[in-house]
Amino acid sequence: MSVRVQSEAFDTGAELNSFAQDRTDIGAVVSFTGVVRDTKGDLQEMLIEHYPGMTESAITKIAREAMQRWALADVLVIHRYGPLKPGEPIMMVATASAHRAAAFEAADFLMDYLKSRAPFWKKEVTHEGGSWVDAKDADEDALKRW
Amino acid sequence: MNVVYFAWVRERIGLPQETVDTDAATVNDLIAELSAREERYAAAFADVSALRVALDQELSDFDAPLAGVREVAFFPPMTGG
Repeated sequence: MSVRVQSEAFDTGAELNSFAQDRTDIGAVVSFTGVVRDTKGDLQEMLIEHYPGMTESAITKIAREAMQRWALADVLVIHRYGPLKPGEPIMMVATASAHRAAAFEAADFLMDYLKSRAPFWKKEVTHEGGSWVDAKDADEDALKRW
Repeated sequence: MNVVYFAWVRERIGLPQETVDTDAATVNDLIAELSAREERYAAAFADVSALRVALDQELSDFDAPLAGVREVAFFPPMTGG
């Protein structure tokens, strides 16, 4: 299990290639990459603030829970903070398992929890200024699935 | 006690963190105490339903006791992922 919180960019392809590479008991790898989206065509950058210390412990707790609930061989979570440009990867999760159902479900679970329980806050900056992205009720409701 | 603020809570109060000397028994008591200090605190804490609180870096509740707590953090609902 690997959890990384960093400002630097990461290479999704390279991360995925090296993920669980030394295991031969894996039949499925699922990954999700979150990307900075420019909804209205005016986004200059996305500022991601986080709570150093709590961020790492909250993500580790979520990843550990996924490892306990599903038969996973490995879990990877990378989440960035700081200023990001449209199109840049914000974060990724990857799960590895013997079978695909566990890998898909665990990745979905990780994403739902990272969305609402990992201490990150996004601010969209345009030429008109900055505005904080509001959490959606649907994101909180999504946790009830688990 | 160390009190830290994030996102718009930090902007509204105008500080990322501060040391607060308090006898507040619960998070709600601390909020009442800070809100009575200055308008910017009252503005940040006006709608507690729009806030979340963490005690020593664990999500908690507004009626939670503060005994033994070293760090209190106030922030809006998280938007990770």
